[in-house]
Amino acid sequence: MSTPIVVEGLTKRFGSFEAVTDVTFTAPAGAITALLGPSGSGKSTVLRMIAGLEEPTAGRIVMGGEELTVKSVQERRVGFVFQHYALFRHMSVADNVAFGLRVRKEAKDVREARVRDLLELVHLAPFADRYPDQLSGGQRQRVALARALAPQPKVLLLDEPFGALDAKVRQDLRRWLDELHRELGVTSLLVTHDQEEALELANQVVVMHEGRVEQVGSPKEIYDDPVTAFVAGFVGSANVLHGEVVDGHVRLGSFRLPGAGHLEEGTAAAAFVRPHDVRVSSGDGDTTAVVERIASLGWLSRVTLRLPDGDVVVAHVPHDELHGATEGAEVGLDLRNAKAFGLADGVPPAQDADPVG
Amino acid sequence: MTMSGAAQSIEGRGGFLGIPHRTAAALRHLALRGTAVVYLSLLVALPVAAVLTKGFGDGLDSFESAMARPGAWAAIRLTLWTSTIAAGINAVMGTMLAWVLVRYRFPARRLLSTIVDLPLAIPTLVTGLMILALYGPNSPIGRFFDDLGIRIVFTPIAIVIALCTVSLPLVVRSVQPVLQELDPAEEEAAATLGAGPRTTFRRIVFPAIRSAVVAGTLLTFSRSLGEIGSVILVSGNRTGKTLTAPVFIFQLTSQFRASEAAAVATLLFAISFVLVLVTTRILRTSGART
Amino acid sequence: MSTVAKRGGRSGHAGILAACLVYVGLLLVLPLIGIVWTALKPGFHIVTDTLSAPDVQHALLLTVQIAVITVAVTTFFGVIVAWVLVRQRFHGRSFLNALVDLPFALSPVTVGLACFVLFAPGGWLAPFFDARGIRINFALPSMVLVTIFICIPFTIREVVPVLEEIGVDEEDASRTLGASVWHTFRKVSLPNIRWAIAYGVALSTARSIGEIGAVLIVSGLIQGRTETATLYIFRATEERQTPQAYVVALLLAAISIVLLLAIEMFHRRQERAMSSA
Repeated sequence: MSTPIVVEGLTKRFGSFEAVTDVTFTAPAGAITALLGPSGSGKSTVLRMIAGLEEPTAGRIVMGGEELTVKSVQERRVGFVFQHYALFRHMSVADNVAFGLRVRKEAKDVREARVRDLLELVHLAPFADRYPDQLSGGQRQRVALARALAPQPKVLLLDEPFGALDAKVRQDLRRWLDELHRELGVTSLLVTHDQEEALELANQVVVMHEGRVEQVGSPKEIYDDPVTAFVAGFVGSANVLHGEVVDGHVRLGSFRLPGAGHLEEGTAAAAFVRPHDVRVSSGDGDTTAVVERIASLGWLSRVTLRLPDGDVVVAHVPHDELHGATEGAEVGLDLRNAKAFGLADGVPPAQDADPVG
Repeated sequence: MTMSGAAQSIEGRGGFLGIPHRTAAALRHLALRGTAVVYLSLLVALPVAAVLTKGFGDGLDSFESAMARPGAWAAIRLTLWTSTIAAGINAVMGTMLAWVLVRYRFPARRLLSTIVDLPLAIPTLVTGLMILALYGPNSPIGRFFDDLGIRIVFTPIAIVIALCTVSLPLVVRSVQPVLQELDPAEEEAAATLGAGPRTTFRRIVFPAIRSAVVAGTLLTFSRSLGEIGSVILVSGNRTGKTLTAPVFIFQLTSQFRASEAAAVATLLFAISFVLVLVTTRILRTSGART
Repeated sequence: MSTVAKRGGRSGHAGILAACLVYVGLLLVLPLIGIVWTALKPGFHIVTDTLSAPDVQHALLLTVQIAVITVAVTTFFGVIVAWVLVRQRFHGRSFLNALVDLPFALSPVTVGLACFVLFAPGGWLAPFFDARGIRINFALPSMVLVTIFICIPFTIREVVPVLEEIGVDEEDASRTLGASVWHTFRKVSLPNIRWAIAYGVALSTARSIGEIGAVLIVSGLIQGRTETATLYIFRATEERQTPQAYVVALLLAAISIVLLLAIEMFHRRQERAMSSA
């Protein structure tokens, strides 16, 4: 049985440095909520406050109707998975998993059955008597997960659980965590700086930046409808074009893009356009551009184009939509789904929109 | 799965015996810290303060009467130069031993390592006795040197031998871990650029281990300044000739001249202390990796 | 392992190795053989005769008593100090750290003098103990106190780096699994530092047994009452009872070699435990 986690006005100060400022969100029962943000955004601190490993300076945490903030770590009954596993190095795998049950003085047969079940669940039953230093990184993290789940916590907290693993292992574990969650349905809170991980695994994403919540929404929402410039730039890749607000549009030199109706006329603004929203048009399009480079990436091409006013734009174009464009040629360009943000929103300087999504 | 009753009853009350857990944690931290502070204050700070006060509580009077005694300055000088020689010898031999233990493979390497550590475990008095046994008038080696006209025991030579022996492991154990951590790639690069082993040692290896050598040497010197167990048996303790400062302090104490003893003891301590400060300053400004 | 060691001529290497072996041989191996030879020269009966003498037995017993108390005290409080130094942040932490290293910078004679000064008539702590008729100087308490002072750094300096290296993650994990702080310490932290503690115990034991400078001052050299094994050797040498002195010295040397082997083993276990992370 899982419960929702409600975080209200959570703030954490270390001396004069405020790591977390007024963070509020709800992690729905039974879902995976990702706390996504760059390093230093305060997401791990939020997680540790929920676990009780850090004391909040202000704010409260409520889990299933119970105020968690006054309780000690031991009393909170949360499962915590650490980035570097934190397995008890002098205990066997089985003893590690059994630890939480031993603490609660579970009967021996109950304990042993539960350990067996969990090791089966994480596919590590033959390794029960091994020691952590005999396991690979991925195996250790699975043991850590089994250990955290053994006392049947109401909530599972994961602090960059795959951060210390290499790419292939990370992908495998990600898939596996997804399956596990479907099977167990425990409310989970996952801290990560890897947006692909967040978008793939989470039912809900909380985007954090410099200690504050930028946006809370489903993966689709934060990708398609970013509400701040940071979210637009951080989640997925984007071309950033700077211009001026004119008549509800962002004027960019020789052309303009719609979507600035909410911004003040005449102010500076930036338009965010995703690479796959930049299309080579068969006709005139929004603007012209010169093709600088075409890199073929299997089924699509990464096309680097230079706009008339000198800005560089990257487009991800499927092969059959290239319309015969070649390097050096001038083509017509459509820029769709532009998101406009005023500079007061702290728009970062012209980003490198290069990385393949 | 059911929870045991005890665990259930504690939950929800948020605390340990009714005290909010935050306060209990803070109290626990303070209790531990307080214990540590009291332990070290009573057992370390207090005795040191007592000696400093006893020695210089009356200004320089005790110090002056102590140093006016026959052999006082000679004792200080003797201690200083024998310690310097011992430190110098062990700086070289200790580094060589560390090198041999880390870089060479030979049978009984482990045995050598164990023997080098022997002075850490053996009572210094027994070390003194060993030196007496080997170089004293009753042993063949002692008689051999006697026939050559070289007296070893009851001379400063024996003091230096004793000091070298008891501080043998200090430089070795200081340098060994640093040598072990060195990246062989740097020396290999030097070799590909034409540097011979001596140049490589001088230019690549030594700068890397320099601060460890200095630290070990300093420890040796400091240890030698205060060494008594091995020295007291082999030196003969002749005032003005083979009487070292620690034995001098011991004599003063036996005569119940505690203030004078404390003054001299403070001087010895001050010398060590200043040396540590100076050396750390030098190491820091030369940009050495510590 | 450097390739440099392979180049540069075998004679160079042989030279360095030879120099080292000669040095160690002259300073340690030969003297050790010398003491065995000198002690056993009169015949094996000297060993049984000496070791059955009452003052020798008393001296050995006293040495053991002092060592046991010293090791118990310095280990228990040493772990606490190490914990506080590593896991807590507070003003004066570096001063506390410096205090831990202080015993290494002092001559044992100075340590004995300090104790003597504190408890002698006129000393800061004298009034308290004199009023209760408790003898500190020239009795067991002072000898224990000075030995404790000298052994304070051992446990602390061995445990601190291990605590630092291991970090708090395992302890945090233990708490999230519901273990109390004490349970966490017993089941998670303590097993991680056990070899460091063992190493410190072995070092302290060896040092306690070998202590001479400080106890020379505070014991008053009262034969049969405040004479440790090392003090017995000292007195016996002064009184020209050399054969007996050598026998007891040989015994202490043998004990320290056993301790040395223990020290080496614990040190190796500790290194192994630290590297498997």
